[in-house]
Amino acid sequence: MTFASIVYAVLFYGATAILLIGVGLRIARYARTPAPLKIPTTPAPTSRGGVIGRMASEVVFFYSLFKANKWIWILAWVFHLALLLVLLRHLRYFIDPVWEWVVLIQPFGVYAGFAMLAGLIGLWIRRIFVERIRYISAPSDHLMLGLLIAIAASGLAMKYLWHVDVTAVKVFFVGLMRFEIHSLPAEPLLLLHLALVAALMIVFPFSKLLHAPGVFFSPTRNQADNPREQRHTSWAARVEHTGAAAPANRGAPVPNARSED
Amino acid sequence: MADFETPEVKEYLDMPELQPGAMSHSKPFVSRDEFQGPLGFPGELVDDWQHVALAKLAELLNKNRGLQVFMDACVKCGACTDKCHYFLGTSDPRNMPVARQDLLRNVYRRYFTWPGRLFPKLVGAQDLTEDVLDQWYSYFHQCSECRRCSVYCPYGIDTAEITMATREIMNAVGKGQKYSNEIIGKVFKIGNNLGLPQPALKDTLEGLEEEVKEDTGVDVRYPLDEKGADVLLVTPSADFFAEPHVDGLIGYGKVFHQAGISWTLSSHASEAANFGLFIGSPENMRKIALRVREAAEELGVKRIVFGECGHAWRVAYSFLNTLAGPFDFLDPRYPVPQHICEVTHELIQRGALTLDKSANDHRRVTFHDSCNVARASRMGNTPGGQFTIPREIIQAVCNHYYDMPADTIGEATFCCGGGGGLLTDDLMELRVKGALPRMQALRQVVEEEGVTHLAAICAICKSQFAKVLPYYGFEMDQIVSVHQLVSDAIVLDPAKQTT
Ligand code: HEM
Ligand code: HEM
Ligand code: SF4
Ligand code: SF4
Repeated sequence: MTFASIVYAVLFYGATAILLIGVGLRIARYARTPAPLKIPTTPAPTSRGGVIGRMASEVVFFYSLFKANKWIWILAWVFHLALLLVLLRHLRYFIDPVWEWVVLIQPFGVYAGFAMLAGLIGLWIRRIFVERIRYISAPSDHLMLGLLIAIAASGLAMKYLWHVDVTAVKVFFVGLMRFEIHSLPAEPLLLLHLALVAALMIVFPFSKLLHAPGVFFSPTRNQADNPREQRHTSWAARVEHTGAAAPANRGAPVPNARSED
Repeated sequence: MADFETPEVKEYLDMPELQPGAMSHSKPFVSRDEFQGPLGFPGELVDDWQHVALAKLAELLNKNRGLQVFMDACVKCGACTDKCHYFLGTSDPRNMPVARQDLLRNVYRRYFTWPGRLFPKLVGAQDLTEDVLDQWYSYFHQCSECRRCSVYCPYGIDTAEITMATREIMNAVGKGQKYSNEIIGKVFKIGNNLGLPQPALKDTLEGLEEEVKEDTGVDVRYPLDEKGADVLLVTPSADFFAEPHVDGLIGYGKVFHQAGISWTLSSHASEAANFGLFIGSPENMRKIALRVREAAEELGVKRIVFGECGHAWRVAYSFLNTLAGPFDFLDPRYPVPQHICEVTHELIQRGALTLDKSANDHRRVTFHDSCNVARASRMGNTPGGQFTIPREIIQAVCNHYYDMPADTIGEATFCCGGGGGLLTDDLMELRVKGALPRMQALRQVVEEEGVTHLAAICAICKSQFAKVLPYYGFEMDQIVSVHQLVSDAIVLDPAKQTT
């Protein structure tokens, strides 16, 4: 077993822990923080079912983005869909035997690598050349695109230029999942690909990548528009600590309940 | 007219070239001790203001999920950058919604996230300096909390929420805005924004009764504090005398008269507006909202109806039940509260009003969707009722109705430029420039359809348009109330009595 194997084993255990715990804590925080008032952006669905539909249209089609800007939308959508396919295709490194449907999507996964790269490059071009977007970009926004492009490029390079022993890669990662360390092929490209992936996992819970869990908790999108029919009561949590007086008149009870949204 | 240039209205709305700092001089008057105290805020900038501000931010992050998610989720995609009327009208890049949010987000990152603590430059994090506070004061008073940006953001990030939070932080450190805070104080003391005491109100309403009698020969009543009436009408105090607001109030009275509904205004809740919303202070918003409940109980009414006012309808529709409910002492057959347009619309549908459309034949009308009605509330039973109901009312009372271009109405509507606590003379430049996108859309229907009047259902929109229309070469009386159109078309029946 090589030194690199041990380093990468430690790296991936660490990165996985940071990703899971970090995002888990973030989600717990979002879930626990009350949404004191009803603030859906209207027109909004009036029922729970409608809200699920609205959320699906946002997560699957980026519907609001579609209304906002067709260029950003097409680039973003291509990038994310491709990313999803690439990640699903990568399941073959972690699952043994590989599920039937993961086998089925393998051919698409390859094109997806290129599509992902194209989307990312398009987004970066916009970020650099559209004055408004350049104005709002911090160095980290450029770096994030650079990081993803480097991951995709190194992956494609392994696929098409400098091949690696993917079976050995699989043995290594399946081993990690069983808490065994097998040896990892010491190919520079592979080590680069994996180091970058670990970096992505580590920054995830501390960066704007929190948009992925965040979108589900956005009150302007996940609340039903029914304030007259159903009294929204997580208000209480908002005033609890500020010493706001109880209702000045008789009654007007403010239940201590936290409503679900 | 002023020491700034009114933007030129072009054929199309151009994407402005960025002019950093173009509006950094724009700041409303800072509040004083006498206005801060009654709202529970310090009278001047406190000594350890940084600590107080960060503690307040921490508190808000703990209590407002929206704020917490919005701080984290923005990916700087840029979709919102061209959506704000203040950016389109001023070219100042800080008026791009995401850039406005970043004024707070950069501080959040510096003190509340690891990358910001460790590598501030990398993620654009910023220390909370006097300069930052200054920019907050300037640019968070260049947002009308209209929510247009939130329609287009892929995560629904609502800059209005961030503006409210930052204004609350500024109030907590003693840097409040005079205009909003002074007005809230008046509501607490007297009952309405204008500081009209009960006797003055009574006089005004009697004057209205005489005026309507003279005009129509019919005794239409405008009752105040009448116990046992069915409906409590809560309306913005501008309706009592400002033009064209008061013509709307006359219209509400005629509708109730014709429908035979007994109604009353209240001197205790003589204000529908709730500026507690604008300054992001739920406690103050609640205190104002509770006055409506108190008045309803006091007068023993069965229904609560709100007059034409945009942000008031947001607070009423979306928050009243939460802030001052439950309203189980009212007649359960009606939603609480109702909008006057819902009432009128339902009466028209039932054929309960006799309308003579030709009375409005000298007008060619378009309708301005007010942002808080359009994007923060609803009318009727189905989503989007806030768009169809006012239009159906106008079309029932006017023969000539034309919509402005589709990307400037409905959920995409442009703010009048004066909402969100900015309707003050010390922000005139901002108000004129922010009105540009609406003026551009108006010009289009004026030229193509010969539109003569812009109808609205918001007291702020009406005041704002009355003031800025002349800057763009229109007449100030081209803005009308929707219920003014109803008022002119309604055929009164002298036999009907409302008491
Ligand atoms: C629920 C899942 C997700 C949804 C709904 C979602 C949605 C979006 C949307 C709407 C945008 C804005 C458009 C754009 O600038 O591309 C965006 C941007 C972005 N997303 Fe996601 N995303 C998800 C998951 C992810 C994941 C897992 C990653 C991580 C690798 C990711 C990385 C990015 C990046 C880097 C950007 C910024 C692109 C730029 O700089 O322009 N997203 N996402
Ligand atoms: C521990 C996690 C990962 C491992 C073990 C891994 C490993 C690999 C390997 C061995 C290849 C070469 C495939 C071949 O030669 O057929 C590859 C390709 C690729 N990887 Fe990864 N990778 C990981 C995570 C990721 C992530 C998170 C991304 C995207 C953000 C990514 C993007 C790509 C792309 C775009 C390709 C090229 C297209 C393809 O073969 O699907 N990889 N990866
Ligand atoms: S809420 Fe309205 S005024 Fe404020 S930033 Fe968004 S679009 Fe501009
Ligand atoms: S649209 Fe939303 S995510 Fe995109 S830059 Fe604006 S606020 Fe950020």
